[in-house]
Amino acid sequence: MTEIVFRLANGTEHRVQAQEGDTVMSAALKNGVPGIIAECGGSCSCATCHCYLPGDKINAFPAMESFEEEMLEGVASERLPTSRLSCQLNITPDHAGIVIDIPATQL
Amino acid sequence: MSNGTVIVGACQAGFQIAASLREKGYGERILLIGEESYAPYQRPPLSKAYMTGDPSIEKLLLRAPGFYEMNKIEFVSGERITEVDLRGGRVVSAGGTAFSFDHLALATGCAARKLPLPGGDLPGVMTLRDIPDALEMRERLHAAENVVVIGGGFIGLESAAVAAKLGKKAVVLEAMDRLLARVVAPPMSDFYAAAHARRGVTVVLNARIERIEGDANGVRGVRMQDGSLLPADLVVVGIGGVARTELAQQVGIECSNGILVDDRARTSIAEVVAAGDVATHRDLYGRATRLESVQNAIDQAKTAAASILGLEEHYTAVPWFWSDQADLKLQITGLSTGYDNFVVRGVPDSESFSLLYYAGDRLIAVDSVGKPADHLAARRILAAGVAVPKDVAADLAVPLKSLLG
Ligand SMILES: Cc1cc2nc3c(=O)[nH]c(=O)nc-3n(C[C@H](O)[C@H](O)[C@H](O)COP(=O)(O)OP(=O)(O)OC[C@H]3O[C@@H](n4cnc5c(N)ncnc54)[C@H](O)[C@@H]3O)c2cc1C
Ligand code: FES
Repeated sequence: MTEIVFRLANGTEHRVQAQEGDTVMSAALKNGVPGIIAECGGSCSCATCHCYLPGDKINAFPAMESFEEEMLEGVASERLPTSRLSCQLNITPDHAGIVIDIPATQL
Repeated sequence: MSNGTVIVGACQAGFQIAASLREKGYGERILLIGEESYAPYQRPPLSKAYMTGDPSIEKLLLRAPGFYEMNKIEFVSGERITEVDLRGGRVVSAGGTAFSFDHLALATGCAARKLPLPGGDLPGVMTLRDIPDALEMRERLHAAENVVVIGGGFIGLESAAVAAKLGKKAVVLEAMDRLLARVVAPPMSDFYAAAHARRGVTVVLNARIERIEGDANGVRGVRMQDGSLLPADLVVVGIGGVARTELAQQVGIECSNGILVDDRARTSIAEVVAAGDVATHRDLYGRATRLESVQNAIDQAKTAAASILGLEEHYTAVPWFWSDQADLKLQITGLSTGYDNFVVRGVPDSESFSLLYYAGDRLIAVDSVGKPADHLAARRILAAGVAVPKDVAADLAVPLKSLLG
């Protein structure tokens, strides 16, 4: 179990327990965190699982592949240097306590 | 006391109707009834990553079990509904259990079409629709040497790519003169034929099959009409789906290919809604269209939920779809049916390009291979009805996104 925090655009925080094998996306869906939609179920096809990493933790996950990078060009909310697709982020115990921001809209 | 809503069919569309009802504030009872023994799950991975990756089912589930309880959605598994009694406001399962409703939603999906040829039911001749199919296919695939796929559609091509990746000899038999003939234009068909060949899959077009040969121990091969025999220890049949309209027909709901619904997901009996693979709606151009896609299941289900709540929402979402074949991702948006010309953007053999479909000068659909930025921009362009001049479409130096202003 690794505790991570989701912060919605309105500031509300959700603390969730991620299990081994969870991605940031699956941890959000399983725990009923709104704002991560994930229509394609994590296959890097839909861009509705957009999230922002903390500015000082953009290297906390392995670097993205060019496909994800290009997908991010088409996200519905602002694309920032901290933007990632949450379905591509595997959670490990190292991520305990990380605060993930969820954008205002995914569609 | 109110009986609430009964949803028959507990997969992508049924799940979404239930979830959207709660999101939109529905306070009555929700019963989500499915004949499968699993909670609603994703089918797309079954012909893709699931074949070679982690066999656990948990990752396929749309939501963790706790979701249903948390949202007061009563999920009933393993019950096949065989009878609808509209007057009495109840459905009855094969096991004789009755469930009462005020509103009924049909999300019964479709079934894989079986091969209508001699030998089509031999052991080792399979269709791929659900988890039990996928588990059986995984097992047979790992043991097989020669895999023959009948049908060059999405599920067939994805399965062939998986077989090739596992080092099997994979052959795709397509009856038409090109792959994916009903959904893409010739340059895309040609691209996929070449791309699969590069990855070791043999693609046979204009294939004429006589029968499947084998015995009770299993399939041995596919006999072609020219007399030749293709050896096979696994035959995957991917020749499309048939909408499961039985229940609707039983009570006289209008069906044609699927359950006919209006743009509010209402059937010919207004108290009954339908969504997903089972539903046929009028598309943006007024044509009867039945889509088998996750997007359609989700968006139509949201509309159906609104109709149950008496809200007026119209299903106008721009369709989109994806297919993962080997390392190639295809993303499609819009409906290309009825195109009369197209523009190729980029070089197909680079394995990264888009194909833009036009009816006259109007853009109606875009297929992108390895070009997600084109795909996502195209979804917005189609939704907004923005014009895309053909010279711009062909010019890789101009991002499609820039047309959105
Ligand atoms: C192998 C495969 C790969 C796919 N890949 C993609 C892809 O890459 N991208 C994409 O967009 N789409 C893909 N799809 C299509 C997508 O999975 C479907 O469009 C989607 O599942 C449709 O959801 P649905 O709820 O309408 O129907 P279904 O998923 O078919 O669900 C209907 C459910 O209703 C149940 N049911 C039917 N009748 C009864 C009854 N009488 N009583 C009780 N229960 C009943 C069925 O058992 C089933 O569980 C794929 C499908 C398959 C099979
Ligand atoms: S869930 Fe679809 S891209 Fe991440």
